[in-house]
Amino acid sequence: MVTLTIDGKQVEVLEDTSILKAAEKAGIWIPTMCYSDYFEPYGVCRLCSVEAVRGKRSRVVTACNYPVREGITVLTNSEKVKWIRKIIMELTLSRWPNVRVVREMAEKLGIEKPRFVSLERDEAEDACILCGMCVNMCNEVVKAGVLGFANMGIKREVVLPFNERSDRCIVCGACVYVCPSGHIKTVIEDYKGKKPEFTLGPRTAIYVPTMQAVPRIPVIDTNSCIHFKTGGCEICAKVCEPNAINYEMKDEVEEIEVGQILVATGFDIFDASVMAQYGYGTLDNVYSSLEFEMMLNSTGPTSGKVLTKEGKEPRSVAIIHCIGSRDTNHHPYCSRVCCMYALKYAHLVHDRTSAAIYQFYIDMRAFGKGYEEFYVRILDEGVKAIRGKVAEVVEATSSQKDEGLLLVRCEDTLAGKLLAIPVDMVVLCNAIEARKDSDAVRRLFSISKSPDGFFLERHPKLDPTSTSTEGVFIAGCAQGPKDIPDTVAQASSAAARILSVLAKGEVEIEPVRAMVQEEYCSGCKICNGLCPYNAIEFLEDKKVSHVQEALCKGCGTCVAACPSSAMTGHGFTDAQILAELDGLLV
Amino acid sequence: MAFEPKIIGFLCNWCSYTGADLAGVSRIKSSPNVRVIRTMCSGRVDPTFILKAFQLGADGVIVMGCHLGDCHYQEGNHKTIRRIPFLKRLIRDFGIDPRRLRLEWVSASEGDRFAKIVNEMTEEIRKLGPIKVYIHSEIRQAAAHA
Repeated sequence: MVTLTIDGKQVEVLEDTSILKAAEKAGIWIPTMCYSDYFEPYGVCRLCSVEAVRGKRSRVVTACNYPVREGITVLTNSEKVKWIRKIIMELTLSRWPNVRVVREMAEKLGIEKPRFVSLERDEAEDACILCGMCVNMCNEVVKAGVLGFANMGIKREVVLPFNERSDRCIVCGACVYVCPSGHIKTVIEDYKGKKPEFTLGPRTAIYVPTMQAVPRIPVIDTNSCIHFKTGGCEICAKVCEPNAINYEMKDEVEEIEVGQILVATGFDIFDASVMAQYGYGTLDNVYSSLEFEMMLNSTGPTSGKVLTKEGKEPRSVAIIHCIGSRDTNHHPYCSRVCCMYALKYAHLVHDRTSAAIYQFYIDMRAFGKGYEEFYVRILDEGVKAIRGKVAEVVEATSSQKDEGLLLVRCEDTLAGKLLAIPVDMVVLCNAIEARKDSDAVRRLFSISKSPDGFFLERHPKLDPTSTSTEGVFIAGCAQGPKDIPDTVAQASSAAARILSVLAKGEVEIEPVRAMVQEEYCSGCKICNGLCPYNAIEFLEDKKVSHVQEALCKGCGTCVAACPSSAMTGHGFTDAQILAELDGLLV
Repeated sequence: MAFEPKIIGFLCNWCSYTGADLAGVSRIKSSPNVRVIRTMCSGRVDPTFILKAFQLGADGVIVMGCHLGDCHYQEGNHKTIRRIPFLKRLIRDFGIDPRRLRLEWVSASEGDRFAKIVNEMTEEIRKLGPIKVYIHSEIRQAAAHA
């Protein structure tokens, strides 16, 4: 530890600490314009100049990169320091008289007008104050090494190599983040069409998946983390006191043996940008149901406030039902949950704003317990329910008054009128659809799907949770659109089915099985290779094939292939099928 | 009386039979000429059954199974897809038009496809007429059609 005195205050700090840091600890402010905790001090702005007194010797040094010495006295506000600072600030201000950070700093130091003549420059065009923050960030932290200084003296500037777009730039935005004058802006080109899943707000590369996540541990998005692109940054590891950040961790594939599987893989929402007439993805303030749900969430990007993209409270909100569902062009089925969550949205918007709310519905399906009552309550709250499928959502540009508004065109089928309602915000109730990878999942478990794409249950009424594969169960929206109570009921039923087998301790198998009539078997082994379950073994001592009944699933492939008809399939023997043929062809 | 083809359909339990069920519960109209025999898998369909069906006077035979990759028994339909072309050549040699034997994939969700195939097959067999054994020149003609 080193003890020093700053402006009469005694401070004890670790060795190699800079005077700036020591002063910070003592609660003394030293002005600086180029210092950042992210990288090594650069000492280019010279504003942090202080007087370091050691014995009788006094020197003016930059506080940011001058390490403390035992027993030195630092003066941050002596006449000498003030005089030097004033000149530095005046010179800086004369060069960038209109850049906000410079003017603010000058104000803090009590300088109104520099004594020096300003250069005639367009500061709107070039606000770079040459602090070097971006260059240090790019080289030291991000380690992309793209930005650098070029030229000297008055022509000094921050440039990309050869002043061209660099392939090494990973568009991380770190330079934009540190730039104090706002000179650097990222221009993200080719961004159209690559719409991120949700667009309500930015997310850092290390984040907690959701506020309700269990365990609540942050994860790193390796696709956007700077460290995984350049090997640099590691800021999160530096600030993490328990040293919990591990960049070496990899995804692992674990194999677990189980006897029964519950497939509850959920659903996707219909991509509303397919229906161009609703302007999703092209018009601001047209939200999908999930985006709006995020917005309503108190831990979401707007902390639960209902706000338009401009950040204002909407004066009117349109909620449009049946986007992609009950539509022969997309999904003919009803998504079941939309009517009720649309009413919930209406209630919450009513609760949090004073906006006028419109519901555009085809049929209001308030089917569950207490649902119809809720619908009536929403109507009592003054929500306008309009029966009719919305034709289009367009920008309202007809008059000055409507500017920035969206126009919802619809036929009110009850009143028999065409409507064009101006609103600030449109919420689409996207259909629930089968997950995009559901075919792969389906094949994995060899279960079927119904025409709507959801997994097929064994029987719609008598066996709605099990599938055609023994030991594989389905629950929730993977089986078809359903609300939370229905999902819980189905999942509980599936869990009970699974537990009943576990409790029994033994598995009942279907009686349809293949069997070898050993006296006819010639031992040709044709069936051995055919069995997809390796249920057929060859008995070397008897020179015949044998079916292990517990493994056999009863497909009968071996029965059809047996050249000596020694293999029979219980329930589907040759004799039985031939008798059926006989019966059918009398 | 007009000729009504008798067609035997071997349907796999998991896809095509369920698909046919779906066609039924969806009230999709399909021709009643296909008489269905359920097997656990299209791979269970012994070539003997098909020959026997023709022998007993079936005007056509259709085997239906799961789409490739969808087999409940992983690969039973792969065995079927290898057997049927051989069988088509065999029945041609027996003097039976190979168009009378058909292999189709119908999944559990394709009730409409089941109905469409059944109707198509019935119409085709109706055109071919009742089953009869061709003489040699006719076989060639039939082969040219196939």
